[in-house]
Amino acid sequence: MTTTDSKLETTGVSTSAGTGSRGSRILGITTIIAMGWLVAFGLGFSPEDRDQREAVRLLYVHVPTIWIAYLAFVVTAIGSAMYLFTKKKSLGWDRLAGASAEIGTIFVAVTLVVGALWGRLTWGVFWQWDARLTTTALLFVTYIGYLAVRQLGGTHEQRARRSAVIGLLAVLEIPLVHWSVRLWRSLHQEATVLGTDADVNMDGLMLFSLFVGVVAFTLLYVWLLMHRTRGMAMEDYLDDRGLDEALEARRAEGEPVARGDGAN
Amino acid sequence: MSVWRIARLVAAKDLRIEWHSRVLTNQVLPFAGVTMVIFAFALDSDAVLERVAPGLVWLATMFSMLVLVQRTFAVETDDGALDALRVAGVDPRAIFLGKAGGLAVQLLVLEVVLLFAAVVLFRQTVPVDGLVLLVTTLISATCGLAAVGTLYGGLAAGFRGRETLLPLLTLPAVAPVLIGATRAVEAALGTAGAVVSDGWPWVGLLLVFAVAFGVGGSLAFGPLIDE
Repeated sequence: MTTTDSKLETTGVSTSAGTGSRGSRILGITTIIAMGWLVAFGLGFSPEDRDQREAVRLLYVHVPTIWIAYLAFVVTAIGSAMYLFTKKKSLGWDRLAGASAEIGTIFVAVTLVVGALWGRLTWGVFWQWDARLTTTALLFVTYIGYLAVRQLGGTHEQRARRSAVIGLLAVLEIPLVHWSVRLWRSLHQEATVLGTDADVNMDGLMLFSLFVGVVAFTLLYVWLLMHRTRGMAMEDYLDDRGLDEALEARRAEGEPVARGDGAN
Repeated sequence: MSVWRIARLVAAKDLRIEWHSRVLTNQVLPFAGVTMVIFAFALDSDAVLERVAPGLVWLATMFSMLVLVQRTFAVETDDGALDALRVAGVDPRAIFLGKAGGLAVQLLVLEVVLLFAAVVLFRQTVPVDGLVLLVTTLISATCGLAAVGTLYGGLAAGFRGRETLLPLLTLPAVAPVLIGATRAVEAALGTAGAVVSDGWPWVGLLLVFAVAFGVGGSLAFGPLIDE
């Protein structure tokens, strides 16, 4: 029980305070303000595109979410490596990796949905068998697999080791998938018309709106990550303490009998 | 004993069990055959089937591999044999390489039979000048598939409810093999006017994949099965 208490303390959460703290509250409010900014710039101030008209506004969600998703998966890999290769084997790294992967997966899902809608508007189809799209779809499935591995059960340490290995294997897998899919498309299809995400001649205000989007989604990511890691720490704590309490209750049942026997 | 010697013993043991139980010949091969036939029902055009036959061979291989992987770990976990191997101090890398080797031999048999089925059912021809490419592709793709299958099979083994995880983990990981091996076999068989020289870059991809997952898998296998 003392070990779980100390684990929880390292996350800076007291058992009754929920997952919020002063820092996360300030961050949360900043996130809301940044999101408000993003809405104002994305839907209001930024001009419509010459070719894509209003559809270009999807850019301000589509691009930041995938960038942050990649960031999240890098954090997952770092957390996994830190868990596996440091002597202390702190479960904090494992929870960081898991929480980051959860958020990253959701962000990839947002990217895919927004991208499909955008594709329908600009290309006329929801999906193109383009290298980047295909890799992203496989990335999404890979991390769903990672999250499923986290649910396999066992002790926290088993979960941490298993998922850390899978988290690192994903780093091996993704470049191979990307390479193969790119080779596949470059040899078998003429260059597809992509969106304007790589357009260097972007309007200044559009670029700034995109920047606001990146800031807003980064803040959202960090805020979610703080709450989710703390939530996971509490789940782990509950798992351990649930067993401890059951044991204590069991022992308490036996105690009066022991006293009745006159044992000191 | 060296890692390689133990790996050879593990592989030989797996193949001996397979030889006696005949699960590969009596169940997996018929399953793969049925898969080829139902592809024909779904695609319903001789021209299309002729065009996509190499891809169908690899798809059928991968689906059958999932069955084979479950089988190869079921024989270990039924009597706690995997734990016994660990307790005996056997290097997990040797277990990984041995089980992957045994799986690779079975996959090769499966692939040859499926290619034969493609020749018969989907009117493929095997030109002599594509033969070297074909054999190299089969071997390199099989090594990659066996490494991934063994790695995730070991993770999914032994616990009820984990079997459903195997396809979810395996299929995205082997996507590069499906792409590379299909293109290379198309080139070897001359499907849709492909020429043999087109196939070799794909063999490069398959080799990189096999080495990456061979090395990564042998390192990761220990922590994964070590419960």
